[in-house]
Amino acid sequence: MTAIQSGLLDQAIIDDRRARIVPKLQAILSSDQLKVTQEDLAPFETDGLAPYRRMPMVVALPTDKAQVIAIMKACQSEDIPVVTRGAGTGLSGGAMPHEGGVLLSMTKMNAIQNIDPDARIITVQPGIRNAAVTQAVAPYGLYYAPDPSSQIACSIGGNIAENSGGVHCLKYGLTVHNVLQATVITIDGGELTLGGESLDAPGLDLMAALIGSEGMLGVVVEAKLKLLPIPQVTKVVSAAFDDLGTAGRAVGDIIAAGIIPAGLEMMDKLSLQAAENFLNAGYPTWAEALLLCEVDGTAEEVQEHIEDVTQVLKTAGAVEVKVARDDAERELFWKGRKSAFPAVGQISPDYYCMDGTIPRGELPEVLQKISDMQDKYGLQCANVFHAGDGNLHPLIMFDGNDPVQAEKAQQYGSEILTTCVEHGGTITGEHGVGVEKINEMCVQFPGEELTQFHALKRAFDAKELMNPGKAIPTLNRCAEFGHMHVHHGEMPHPELERF
Amino acid sequence: MGQDITQTLVEQIAQAHQEARPLAIHGGGTKGFLGHDLVGEVVDITGHQGIVNYQPVELVMTVRAGTPLAEVEAALAEKGQCLAFEPPSFGSAATIGGTIATGLSGPARPYTGSARDFMLGVRVINGQGQALRFGGEVMKNVAGYDVSRLMTASHGSLGLITEVSLKVLPVAKSVKTLATSASANEAIALFNRLAGQPLPISATAWAEGQAYIRLSGAASAVDAAAKQIGGELADNSVWASLKELTHNSVAEQSTLWRLSVPQTASLDLDCPLIEWGGGQRWYTGDAPEQELRAKVEAVGGHATLYRGQAERVFHPLNPAMSALHSRIKHSFDPKALFNVGRFHPEF
Ligand SMILES: Cc1cc2nc3c(=O)[nH]c(=O)nc-3n(C[C@H](O)[C@H](O)[C@H](O)COP(=O)(O)OP(=O)(O)OC[C@H]3O[C@@H](n4cnc5c(N)ncnc54)[C@H](O)[C@@H]3O)c2cc1C
Repeated sequence: MTAIQSGLLDQAIIDDRRARIVPKLQAILSSDQLKVTQEDLAPFETDGLAPYRRMPMVVALPTDKAQVIAIMKACQSEDIPVVTRGAGTGLSGGAMPHEGGVLLSMTKMNAIQNIDPDARIITVQPGIRNAAVTQAVAPYGLYYAPDPSSQIACSIGGNIAENSGGVHCLKYGLTVHNVLQATVITIDGGELTLGGESLDAPGLDLMAALIGSEGMLGVVVEAKLKLLPIPQVTKVVSAAFDDLGTAGRAVGDIIAAGIIPAGLEMMDKLSLQAAENFLNAGYPTWAEALLLCEVDGTAEEVQEHIEDVTQVLKTAGAVEVKVARDDAERELFWKGRKSAFPAVGQISPDYYCMDGTIPRGELPEVLQKISDMQDKYGLQCANVFHAGDGNLHPLIMFDGNDPVQAEKAQQYGSEILTTCVEHGGTITGEHGVGVEKINEMCVQFPGEELTQFHALKRAFDAKELMNPGKAIPTLNRCAEFGHMHVHHGEMPHPELERF
Repeated sequence: MGQDITQTLVEQIAQAHQEARPLAIHGGGTKGFLGHDLVGEVVDITGHQGIVNYQPVELVMTVRAGTPLAEVEAALAEKGQCLAFEPPSFGSAATIGGTIATGLSGPARPYTGSARDFMLGVRVINGQGQALRFGGEVMKNVAGYDVSRLMTASHGSLGLITEVSLKVLPVAKSVKTLATSASANEAIALFNRLAGQPLPISATAWAEGQAYIRLSGAASAVDAAAKQIGGELADNSVWASLKELTHNSVAEQSTLWRLSVPQTASLDLDCPLIEWGGGQRWYTGDAPEQELRAKVEAVGGHATLYRGQAERVFHPLNPAMSALHSRIKHSFDPKALFNVGRFHPEF
């Protein structure tokens, strides 16, 4: 899990490519928009998944669409890979640089181009921070619903590429439900408008293909986002449980009662203790699990739902149920949850965040299995999750300076993801595959699906220059990883070399 | 329950692939009008039936594509749940596969979401006769490209959908419909003004001088909003007739165009029925096709023919999109077997 040294291109090839592309980029960009020296490149070595790092060959920072088009054309003509980078908060190494490619950083393209309060649509450049969108439209009584915990830093372009979610996606959906239109530049410099301001667009739903595509199909240079009215009233209930399984079942009980909360989050003992240490949110540190359930709507509706939820939680076995007295206390409850990652970062030198998603009903059993694995790997694991969606974020704690621990952490993570797949779930709910989970993709898709994915990608990017080596493993790689599906003793693709 | 004929379907498609023979996907036949004529050997999905998994607490149903939509809706209703995108059926024979393949959504569309918004997973047989599975039964899933949603509204052009997993939602505890008299423009302005406020609006429509607003949610919320918005209480049944296009404003019209436009767009065309806060307008006049399409396109929309005569059913794609569509078609169906020319003439 450290700098990737194996399988890198020879320095001579990198030097040749750099010599070919830099003059072309110099013709497009000003000197402060182009980074070529080791010193200038170093800050771009890694995204939010720090253990995976690589020096980019060059970094380009375009300021407008025309520059993106010109850069793409130059790269296509020189057969040079392009890795798009937003804010670099991604947790799967999706924006890890390519040692022989251009890292296209979108941070300079961060303008708001238009706000249409009547149509409830904002038009932005992709580098804008998620939180800046909501801030800009607040004066109109509107907000942008997807709110990843990283919202003060992460970009809309990155959100689109990862189909990011937040604590409110149970009710308001993921990025895929909240983006109306995207302007995309493909590797040949072509411009595509996907979606539109109408509620559907002619042809195939290519917006669906784009969202969550991890920068593999093209570069988003503009997006129109759907805005929602800020709810009149928001309230949050916190429920403490003395048993993790009971808390897991309570999640199902709330849904079964016909209530779709705005957010339904859970923290286990380790993570709530870490959070309490970090900022004194008033969490009950004795509890084995804490559920946070937020309801919003009109004053009447919220009153009705809070009563219902409180009743359901008590019946489900919550030991203590607390309704936040006011907005300040509500913010505090959430702050603890939203800072769970840094809080765990404070009690452990390193942590490894997983992102498996399972059917809600499997929560108690999978949580037990994850907990049992602690002994097997000799590492502790804190759990925070978007319980309403069954999206787990186990945080495996380890010391990165200890290679044995680092290796164990990775194996632990891999076993968690395989367990999620076995329980009818997926290896990633919102962080993406990137480079990190590329092997586990072979577990999730043991059949011909991978071939279909590659074919779909080539429809956008015939030379496979966009973010190569990410998101979708090659069949060779799966064969090497040992997870090729073997049907009646016949290996698929006998033509492939095996390792 | 039901019957799984995947193997038979795979064999039929694999055979057709070998012989490069075109295939025409048939479901219940209720949406035959929505697209150009099907050519080729029939692949009949109606024999592939049954609810495979339904866990009300999970808010997910997995169902074989040939299952009648009515059966799906009845099973959900029994547990107090529904397909929140309110798909029109256009006849009792409608299948869930056809519903997803056409991607049609009903009155709740702008407020609750579209068919694709509720897609979680899909099983498809591609043009090489490979049975593939994408997505799953979980709410969040970013492993691989989102083929489930790409399949929605693809009109059978990419492959045969054999099974879908859909997110389902509880039925609202209380539903009320308000009606006030208004001109079309007044109604659109009203709908959009209200949509910017936190109100439990679940549908809006204008027809015959009446603006209709539906409120859904907790009884207390619906009652409070009804008081705030004002207007007469109307019968909830109006939404079913709008959804199925049996409402008086459009039922008997021999020409019917669906115009999908930005909700606040001002459009110089007389539309007797307006839905989706202005986002879906129905045109029954006799403007020539090219002129109509140009007008709609100028405001950022597109037009689809539901009834009558025109050169094209769906709105033409621009050259770049058309080329991309052909390449995507090729990636799923390299020998161009499925529903060729039904959706767009070029693929
Ligand atoms: C503390 C912390 C908390 C987090 N919490 C959440 C959470 O609650 N929910 C959640 O979903 N995620 C969360 N994340 C993950 C991360 O913030 C999201 O994935 C985010 O969307 C990444 O955005 P970014 O701008 O940082 O993208 P980057 O990391 O820069 O890139 C991510 C991917 O997007 C692609 N990309 C970026 N911009 C573009 C563009 N313009 N066009 C095409 N492709 C592009 C890149 O190639 C890469 O594949 C968290 C991360 C951290 C560090």
